[in-house]
Amino acid sequence: MATIWIDGVSYEADPSRNLLAVILELGFDLPYFCWHPALGSIGACRQCAITQFRGEDDHQGQVVMACMTPAAEGARVSIDHASAATLRKSVIEWLMVSHPHDCPVCDEGGECHLQDMTVMAGHTYRRSRLPKRTYISQDLGPLIGHEMNRCIQCYRCVRFYREYAGGHDLQAMGTRDRIYFGRYQDGPLESEFAGNLVEICPTGVFTDKTQARHYTRKWDLQTAPSICTHCGVGCNINPGERYGALRRVRARYHGAVNGYFLCDRGRYGYEFESSDRRIRVPLAPRGEQNQAEELSVQAAVTRVAKILTSSRRVIGVGSPRATIESNYALQRLVGADGFFHAACAEEHRSSLAALDALREGPSRSPALREIERCDAVVVLGEDLTQSAPMMALAIRQAALAIPRSVAERQGIPPWHDAAIRESVQSARGPVFLLSPAPTKLDDLATRVYRKTPRAIAAAGQAIARALDPQVPALAGDEMDRAGIEEIARALTVAERPLVVAGSGTASEAVINAAANLAWATSAAREDDRAAELAYALPWANSAGLSLLGGAPLDEALAAAERGEVDAAIILESDLDRIAGPGPAERFLGQVRHAVVLDHIAHPTAARADVVLPAATFAEGHGHLVNSEGRAQRQMAVFSPDEPIRESWRWLREAMMLAGYDEADSWTGAEAIAEAAARDHPALARLPDAQLSADFRLGGAKVARAPHRYSGRAAAKLHLNVLEPTPPRDNDSPLEFSMEGSPVLPPGKIETTFWAPGWSSPQALTRFQEEIDGPLRGGDPGVRLIEPAGEPFAYRDVALSAPSPELAPTPVVAAFGSEELSALAPGIAALAPRAFLELNPRDAASLGLADDDVVSVRARGASARLSVRLEPGRAQGTAGIPLGLEDIPVALSFAGELITGS
Amino acid sequence: MAALSSAERAEIDAEIAILPDARSASIEALKTVQRHRRWIDDDALGAVAEYLDLSKHELEAIASFYNLLFRKPVGRHVVLVCDSVSCWILGNEAVKQALEDSLGAAFGEVTRDDRFTALPMQCLGACDRGPALMIDEDLHGPVQPADVSELLRRYP
Amino acid sequence: MPADVDTKIITRQFGNEEAKNIEVYESLGGYRQLRRALGMKPEDIKAEVKASNLRGRGGAGFPTGVKWGFVPADAEDVYLVCNADESEPGTCKDRELMYWDPHQLLEGMIISAYALGARNNYIYIRGEMMRETPVLEKAIADAYERRYLGEDVLGSGFACHITVHRGAGAYICGEETALLESLEGKRGWPRLKPPFPAVVGVFGKPTVVNNVETLCNIPYIVEHGSQWFADLGVGRSGGTRIVCMSGHLERPGVYELPMTLTMRQLIDDVCGGIWKGREVKCVIPGGSSMPPMSADELDVPCEFDALMTDERIKPVEVAPGVPFDMGGGKELRTMAGSGGIMVMDDHTDIPAVCARVVEFYHHESCGQCTPCREGTGWLAKISHRVAKGEGRPGDVDLMASIADGIAGNTICALGEAAAWPVLGFLTKFRAEFEAKIKAPKEGAAA
Repeated sequence: MATIWIDGVSYEADPSRNLLAVILELGFDLPYFCWHPALGSIGACRQCAITQFRGEDDHQGQVVMACMTPAAEGARVSIDHASAATLRKSVIEWLMVSHPHDCPVCDEGGECHLQDMTVMAGHTYRRSRLPKRTYISQDLGPLIGHEMNRCIQCYRCVRFYREYAGGHDLQAMGTRDRIYFGRYQDGPLESEFAGNLVEICPTGVFTDKTQARHYTRKWDLQTAPSICTHCGVGCNINPGERYGALRRVRARYHGAVNGYFLCDRGRYGYEFESSDRRIRVPLAPRGEQNQAEELSVQAAVTRVAKILTSSRRVIGVGSPRATIESNYALQRLVGADGFFHAACAEEHRSSLAALDALREGPSRSPALREIERCDAVVVLGEDLTQSAPMMALAIRQAALAIPRSVAERQGIPPWHDAAIRESVQSARGPVFLLSPAPTKLDDLATRVYRKTPRAIAAAGQAIARALDPQVPALAGDEMDRAGIEEIARALTVAERPLVVAGSGTASEAVINAAANLAWATSAAREDDRAAELAYALPWANSAGLSLLGGAPLDEALAAAERGEVDAAIILESDLDRIAGPGPAERFLGQVRHAVVLDHIAHPTAARADVVLPAATFAEGHGHLVNSEGRAQRQMAVFSPDEPIRESWRWLREAMMLAGYDEADSWTGAEAIAEAAARDHPALARLPDAQLSADFRLGGAKVARAPHRYSGRAAAKLHLNVLEPTPPRDNDSPLEFSMEGSPVLPPGKIETTFWAPGWSSPQALTRFQEEIDGPLRGGDPGVRLIEPAGEPFAYRDVALSAPSPELAPTPVVAAFGSEELSALAPGIAALAPRAFLELNPRDAASLGLADDDVVSVRARGASARLSVRLEPGRAQGTAGIPLGLEDIPVALSFAGELITGS
Repeated sequence: MAALSSAERAEIDAEIAILPDARSASIEALKTVQRHRRWIDDDALGAVAEYLDLSKHELEAIASFYNLLFRKPVGRHVVLVCDSVSCWILGNEAVKQALEDSLGAAFGEVTRDDRFTALPMQCLGACDRGPALMIDEDLHGPVQPADVSELLRRYP
Repeated sequence: MPADVDTKIITRQFGNEEAKNIEVYESLGGYRQLRRALGMKPEDIKAEVKASNLRGRGGAGFPTGVKWGFVPADAEDVYLVCNADESEPGTCKDRELMYWDPHQLLEGMIISAYALGARNNYIYIRGEMMRETPVLEKAIADAYERRYLGEDVLGSGFACHITVHRGAGAYICGEETALLESLEGKRGWPRLKPPFPAVVGVFGKPTVVNNVETLCNIPYIVEHGSQWFADLGVGRSGGTRIVCMSGHLERPGVYELPMTLTMRQLIDDVCGGIWKGREVKCVIPGGSSMPPMSADELDVPCEFDALMTDERIKPVEVAPGVPFDMGGGKELRTMAGSGGIMVMDDHTDIPAVCARVVEFYHHESCGQCTPCREGTGWLAKISHRVAKGEGRPGDVDLMASIADGIAGNTICALGEAAAWPVLGFLTKFRAEFEAKIKAPKEGAAA
């Protein structure tokens, strides 16, 4: 630690940091624009001026930029010194020369960093009376609004978009005071991370277009810590609600998981919650004369209880997008033998294999921000940008680990973003990508290999064998010796090597080969450490569901086929989407009774006896386990209108009525979580993921709404002149109102991230233990899975027999492949149309051309897809989009092309 | 004429050959296209971007930074008039006026016969010969207003 | 021995159309110093250059030998870049050096590259220099043919390549780090220093950027030794100096001169005095970015240190009686800059000149940092309205205040380049500005 002086007072500071970070960390106010903790310093805005002195006797000093000045031993600086304060005021004045006075109609108003900084720097009077410069803004697509007139040219947008997230279509154009930040021409921003511009921009240039449709100021939003429900990464989110509907989702900082950012699926998927397909009341879809009939809670629960008591064998279909609690309740209801997963066999096997690999071997699953620090990466099969976008973003940072260390040896401090970029130039990696088709990470790869999933598994195994001869040899499509050795060497010499795979190739062999590869590194390395091993699983709770155990959907269908099922309880899933309309209809015909619990109506629900309206992630409490094996708690953001409630509460009520006494003890979210933790040793630490409901600060709970929340008394005036009592929350330490402890709560249950003088997302520095570190008091969540260590047995990589048929390979789409987010209008607008992607040579040998329509069939499901040629796709594979409307998931995993006659 | 001609490709390749990577040749590539086509239209920009494996957005960011990369049509001959203080004190305003009068077109416009476009340049670096102007590759100075129409006549 | 008015070293071939021919250059003794240098140790050449007091001729006057010394000793790939992006208004010397005597530059560059161990080298030339570029390219081709360039220079084993890279019209690319960005095919944005180009330069490698005139001097230092070169100059400035005399002069032009001459001698003795028999009113001594001198300040030698420190030059003020602070309480007089001397007669409209100068820097601001991007735009608008007689009360103070805010607070020197002349004009010709500001109309906003 170094000793530095700020305005005459000495402090301890980390000399590897810059003074801006240190000053903010110490709690001082110092305005800035171009700096961002994730982006580093470029010294361009000149806003964070301080005065630096040469010694104790120097009173004149020199103005320096805090963000560009290391916290070196003995540094003496002043924030208050007139020369620096004057410059800070000037800089704001310059920025405001052309900034419009449109705060009242600007979506950023009230959480605008520029507003905060203007006040902080003391600019109160505009000397310029000149006309302001104006620009023509662009249409950047359905998710992001653009208002260039507000721009203060801090360059954070392009630095995030281009340098951090690897996008190409947002640029700084022009020169002098006519710089324009935008695209070459109007059009949707292409990056899956574009939505972060909304939070990166210090003012209202980039705004949330979805929020604009149902706009609410920050101070009128009710929020709670939550977890994104749209993929397996488990990013932390702050959803905001008003008048019973979600208004927006913002990234919620997590020091180990997603840091400051979110992908656009996660940010904009929330609008499914107000989709017109929402189920808001219990229904009997096949009521009198097959007309849908609304049911009372009482009637609905009674009907379900009757089904339970009258059926001989009841099975449950659990859901990888439902919470641990809801799946656990269902599993208890139907018993372990009767519990199936709403996932087809390939996905089910992949998830299970991944979980086993993480538990049985020596490799640790890194958190996202640990991935960022890995310095050699091998990705087997997965198109991460599409299936787990934030993991791809983390790998983009990992690709800079080695080049950055070179810069560091040139004497460049780690925060000096501008100099690092000059030093790094285009150097990246080592990152090796083995995939069936081009991915958006290809641009940073040291080498890219296009292979069939089968060949990818074989290659992974071959590299593993090069590291450790104990790894069993496989006959298969291996890669060239030099390639194998290059990757093996990279994994051996790296500080922190990483192997990544996922269920996106539908290949258990790939999952197992990735494990073997990660494990085998321990044999070759001097430190005997195995590489880290990260899996991208498709759903928010794929890992949690796999920890509970259960069989794939295909087996449930088979059991029904054998006439062994009398009733099925289907939790938060659409079987038509997975198995296809034919098999799903057949299944529901074979079981006498079906109950569906879900948020959204779908064909499967339409065929059920009873449909129960399940709370969404924003309306209920529960836990999810992400791909890393980290259990995280979703807290209800708002209390939904009756009778919507969490699936497990519906199940509990029916079970109690049907005489399942056990359900009695599930008196609240915590009680059922504790029950699950008791029953499943793997979940033992589940209750540690968040503070418990009895947590109090000075005797009070923590408010979900900020103290400036307005209009509560009038919100429901049209229903009743008496203001209703806010709903109670017995399940968490949060209150559904703005009443709460005035004491600052621990970061993990902080709801508003709002500090005096800091209303924008930049207030975050006030809530971190150190800049970029964990939230004050620790980040939420708890890791459930740690590696077993040595000894271990290599996993069996079973390759399918070589076949002349094209291997069906899912094509995952960040926008479209995930069921819920695909219902959000903004996401839907960006989702691809159905297609069948082929290598032109394969297409030629099948006599197919662009736009030809081909039938694809699997397990009783089928679809007609039009051909799209992709020269980059590996020969021998047929890319079939995953999860798009009219393409059952089974087809993407197992589809067979019907060609010729 | 969106695609790059073989001559254009050859010239761009020669630039790429002496640089560590293709993207470093971006400015030269744009100038090459401009030499062949007078100015860089959207199609040309797209073609260069594709050739250098850059996005159009990235290339436009570069193109829009430099005064001598023309993204709007120009005439067959481009007249660059020095607009710096050293020429200004020697009376370049009158030269500029004479030029506009002779051309019958304002700065930035293409004359009706497609022959000329006059552009003010911040400084031509011919301060000892001010007021200076360039027509195509030829530097002229000192230029008096009366000389302008005769000068232009030399560029049919 | 100090140089006198007749000492011509690097301009001796000016006017000789034959000298750009490699045979002629050789017959005049050309490339002999390269042969000699190749027999020397690189360290010895570096030491000579350092001892010669050669200072950068691009504008900043930084000692060349010291700059070379910043390259890390263990550097592998070093680049030498010749800054031929001469674009400071008032400056037109490098253009002439390259046109008349291109091999002199190449010889200086190859010797320097040898001293620095630089294999790949660039000449970044202004896009507007369309006459000079083919001359240089021809000279390079000839030099390759005669093995002054190539994989094995004159059989020494030293590999040296020079490539001409043409700019595309951006003043800022004359700033050495912006030049490097542009060389990399990017927008010409100046970089923050440190790291200096000698550590992280072009393509991430250590790079030395030297001006054309600077490099042209190198062969003569090798030939005659550092002492001879140092003696030509005065104080800590070795050699002669090329000045570009422009403006209201009888004989404007590019002259190589001893640094001991005063501004008045330059005007009267070298350039034949002010045109039309008029009197001098104002002189900008080093390119338009330098604070101007008034008629009573012209007896100061036109040399780096004298222009900065001679008390006969009134320090620049931010308000009457309040000196401008360059940092640490240091006063600003003016500087020799790039050698572009602009002379204005007593008919000159100073506020209009000021507006023209500011407009240039505003137009050429790269837009990266706030003070320059926003400040120069604001300053230009106010300067223009004052010049047009549409100024408002307080505009003179506003101009000074904006300029004072910009100066010293930007990433590169373009901020100063815009601010210093404004403050200088206001210091020395304040009355002219005030006279132009009309009384506001009744009820008009300030």
